[in-house]
Amino acid sequence: MGQQKRSAVSLTRHDIQHAAALAHLRLSTKEEETLSPQLTRVVGYISELSATPTDGVEETSQVTGRSNVFREDVVDPSRSLSQDAVLANAPDAYNGFVKVKAILDGES
Amino acid sequence: MDTAYMTIEEARQKLRARTISSRELTGMCLARIRRYDGSLHAFLTVTEDEALSAADEADRRIAGGLDGPLLGIPVALKDLFTTKGIRTTAGSRIIGSYVPPFDATVVYKLKEAGAVIVGKTNEDAWGHGSSGENTDYEPTRNPYDTGRVPGGSSSGSAAAVASGMCLMATGTDTGSSVRLPAAYCNLVGLKPTYGRVSRYGIIPMASSFDTIGHITRTVRDNAMVLGVTAGHDPYDATTADVAVPAYVPKTTGTLKGVTIGLPKEYYGVEGMDPDVAKTIEDAVLVFKKLGAAVRQVSLPHTGAAMACYYILVPSEISSNLARFDGVRFGLGRDTFGPEAKRRIMLGTHTLSAGYYDAYYRKASKVRTLIRKDFADVFGTVDALLVPSSPTPPFRIGEKTADPLTMYLSDIFLCPMNIAGVPSLSVPAGFTRGLPVGMQLAGPQFSEPLLYKIGAAFEKETAYYNVHPEGF
Amino acid sequence: MDQQFEPVIGLEVHVELATRSKMFCGCSADYFGHKPNTDCCPVCLGLPGALPVPNRKAVEWCIMLGLALGCSIPEVSKFDRKHYFYPDLPKGYQISQYDQPLCIGGLLSIALPGGSAKPIRIRRVHMEEDTGKLLHETVDGRHVSLIDFNRSGVPLVEIVTEPDFCSVDEVDIYLKKLQEIVRYLGISNADMEKGSMRLEPSISMRKSQIPMTKSPKNPTSQDLKALPPYRVELKNINSFRFGRKALEYEIARQTEVLVRGEEPVQETRGWNEGKNMTVPQRHKEEANDYRYFPEPDIPPMQWRRSQISVLRSRIPELPDAKRSRFTKDYGLNAADAVRITERRQRADYFEEAVRVGRTLGAKAPVTPKQIANWLINRGIDTETVLPAELVKRIMEASEAVTVSDDDVDAAIQKAITDNPKAAADYKNGKEASLMFLMGQVRKQIAADPKLILTRLKELLANYSL
Repeated sequence: MGQQKRSAVSLTRHDIQHAAALAHLRLSTKEEETLSPQLTRVVGYISELSATPTDGVEETSQVTGRSNVFREDVVDPSRSLSQDAVLANAPDAYNGFVKVKAILDGES
Repeated sequence: MDTAYMTIEEARQKLRARTISSRELTGMCLARIRRYDGSLHAFLTVTEDEALSAADEADRRIAGGLDGPLLGIPVALKDLFTTKGIRTTAGSRIIGSYVPPFDATVVYKLKEAGAVIVGKTNEDAWGHGSSGENTDYEPTRNPYDTGRVPGGSSSGSAAAVASGMCLMATGTDTGSSVRLPAAYCNLVGLKPTYGRVSRYGIIPMASSFDTIGHITRTVRDNAMVLGVTAGHDPYDATTADVAVPAYVPKTTGTLKGVTIGLPKEYYGVEGMDPDVAKTIEDAVLVFKKLGAAVRQVSLPHTGAAMACYYILVPSEISSNLARFDGVRFGLGRDTFGPEAKRRIMLGTHTLSAGYYDAYYRKASKVRTLIRKDFADVFGTVDALLVPSSPTPPFRIGEKTADPLTMYLSDIFLCPMNIAGVPSLSVPAGFTRGLPVGMQLAGPQFSEPLLYKIGAAFEKETAYYNVHPEGF
Repeated sequence: MDQQFEPVIGLEVHVELATRSKMFCGCSADYFGHKPNTDCCPVCLGLPGALPVPNRKAVEWCIMLGLALGCSIPEVSKFDRKHYFYPDLPKGYQISQYDQPLCIGGLLSIALPGGSAKPIRIRRVHMEEDTGKLLHETVDGRHVSLIDFNRSGVPLVEIVTEPDFCSVDEVDIYLKKLQEIVRYLGISNADMEKGSMRLEPSISMRKSQIPMTKSPKNPTSQDLKALPPYRVELKNINSFRFGRKALEYEIARQTEVLVRGEEPVQETRGWNEGKNMTVPQRHKEEANDYRYFPEPDIPPMQWRRSQISVLRSRIPELPDAKRSRFTKDYGLNAADAVRITERRQRADYFEEAVRVGRTLGAKAPVTPKQIANWLINRGIDTETVLPAELVKRIMEASEAVTVSDDDVDAAIQKAITDNPKAAADYKNGKEASLMFLMGQVRKQIAADPKLILTRLKELLANYSL
């Protein structure tokens, strides 16, 4: 670690805006200005990982040591929720449905 | 003996002997919450009515000769634990009025064991933090010095137990969140083996790192609670299908035959407080006195752990927080606090097209190396002893300006989450009047051994008898 | 002009599995016609803290479909999270499979009208979960979207082909064949109208380089020709008919663009049934950055050869094998064999009827060919008519057919002789007597009533009092 220059990695304005769009976050200009140097510093730090040799090393995506964990195909009503319970926390509902403002079906 | 600082073990004896009722015990906890929480901010929700009726029910059951491992014991739950009919906020504003329609598996098990839930505790929102300051509400204070942080993210849980508001509180540990607050508040905190305790119903931070632990005053209490919470859960595919052993150690006072390793990468590092180092050195002498063999070992990839952690964890966070869209529950995504937004942005970036290989895939490989470090070292020693934190609790506001500095507070704790191994933080003493904690880490499912080592140390030192002044 | 270009089409087909419970929770997977939001639990509603546990049967069925399509089953597979935001996607990600699907590299041979066969390469078959359902309505004068999460979490299998189709007809043949196989396996109704089978084609046009494109000898001949540098994905296709129309529309549209010397835009277009055309869908820059990563809540899957053999042994005889056996064993012609084996239930019925026909019809055997004829031409309801009943009907009809005209005449003669009064009444204009005599004839003989009536009238006309 520490071999790489931290300045080598930086986040462009495009990177920030792209990530915000992907994450559905609307950042104010002020938020963007605060986040940008903070994230650049963190990204600089994590980028140092490239100095750790990993040739031929397998990836670990979980540490359970388990495989093939399944449930049987049985209807289990014990966790079922009533329609009222489903809608109880929803900001808006109508006729048993969760209601949101109109989503255009992809047409421009 | 001060009833406010009873251990679960003592309380259970008194409840069974009927020298105290659960209602009295619960009433006392609720009174202390009323009296002190205005300054400590340990609780986000206090469930006074539910607690008193649960206490009465416990008293009826005790009178009827029934028993349960936690029957009548007042406990608190970190607000990441989903509770049916009780508001569950994750310390965030975005779901500040979310009332879940189900109980987490652990909540169900605690209720079945007879526990009395007095409320939901404050935390860094979503578990994102090491100090408790990232809550969307009032930051929790450390009862040992209210100008300092209690450690996070299970900040309210630690402060509540440390100030006698309950006898046990649950926590989650993704990178430090049970052990750091336990260390900063002179308490015992367990980060169990990954998969030992069900995550079902616990609002996730980073799913492949999250472990469900708890904070108690003593090692023996801690072991007893794990006996309740541990076990396979058909609703959590990542829980281990491994039998639950007896966790409460028979304290023999000797550690003969136990070899404890001191990984050199955790000692003499830059930023290590000399007083903390001295406290740990003293603890090592105690272990030697108890008969343990102590030897230096190495975990060579320790230096890469933080970077590995801060790639994989934010990646999973950005995914786990995607469901908070204000459609089925909660407010819109703009309501996320600044730290949540930072981590979502970071994780979204590291997973996005063109960056995945350099970050996520690379870190997944480094994770393998870190796991191997632990596997190798546990081939030569039974357990590791490392400081829980390089410093004692820091001042409120000291690290909030620079997120990276805050992230580095977890430097001694997150490697265990990367590897999925258990680690128990136990009080190691005090320096400048502030608590110092140390961790005992072992191979997967070695909790019984960690409890045995911890209990022997605790019997010798009894730091749990040092209570915060003014509470 | 059109001859210059030929379509290059690849297909993604989604099939909703008919398991009892959902993919990752115990809610009922049968949501059809249920009240909105009544088949939900914390898992399929994406409530915080809820965790997925995969349905064993769904995974097994996915593998069986893969095997039926000639795929190989890699030793290791896993689930991944696919991220995008849409109100019908409760978790903000769909649990799907990315780089290690359950099944890879299959081949499905389709029969072209000229009698030749064309292999279609199957790239992968993987397992994922369905989303909720969105309805677009006007409530209190405002346009809103309403969400029903009953469908959320229903198991879906996605079958992806290589871009091997050169015509809309080929697509049609493939889809029907895939549907047949899925139904044979009994893993889904595969009903496009009900949404249990969904189609997402991608299409581009390339210059026809070689006149013969009808049936390449082997699939790699496709590779020899470069794929066009663009691709149009088609969405919102709810039926075979819409799929055909959308593809035909795109062929015409893209050809026109190419003839103008331009290149069609790479984009996603939706079929608009009202306008009878495809229209571009809004396309954001980030739309295809799904940020896949391994699903940490579900341990990976590992398959031993023996486990795969067990699943392979559970695959029933598939339509192609059944067809060749039926032509060989029962002497059916190719066309009849196809008709009889369209549905497994019908093919089984046929074989049962053949078996009964052999035992019942010992003295007058009922042939497989007869049974096939009746099934194909007489609209026999195989739900209500038992195979044995069908065989009896065929036997009766066969007997009826063997009655000779002389026999009919003799019976009529007897009826008249036995009932002279009725015959006289008829001659004197009493029409009802004809029906009485008709009844007397039919008591004696089973023959075509029309034939009896015609002959009866003729003989009565010649009858003298």
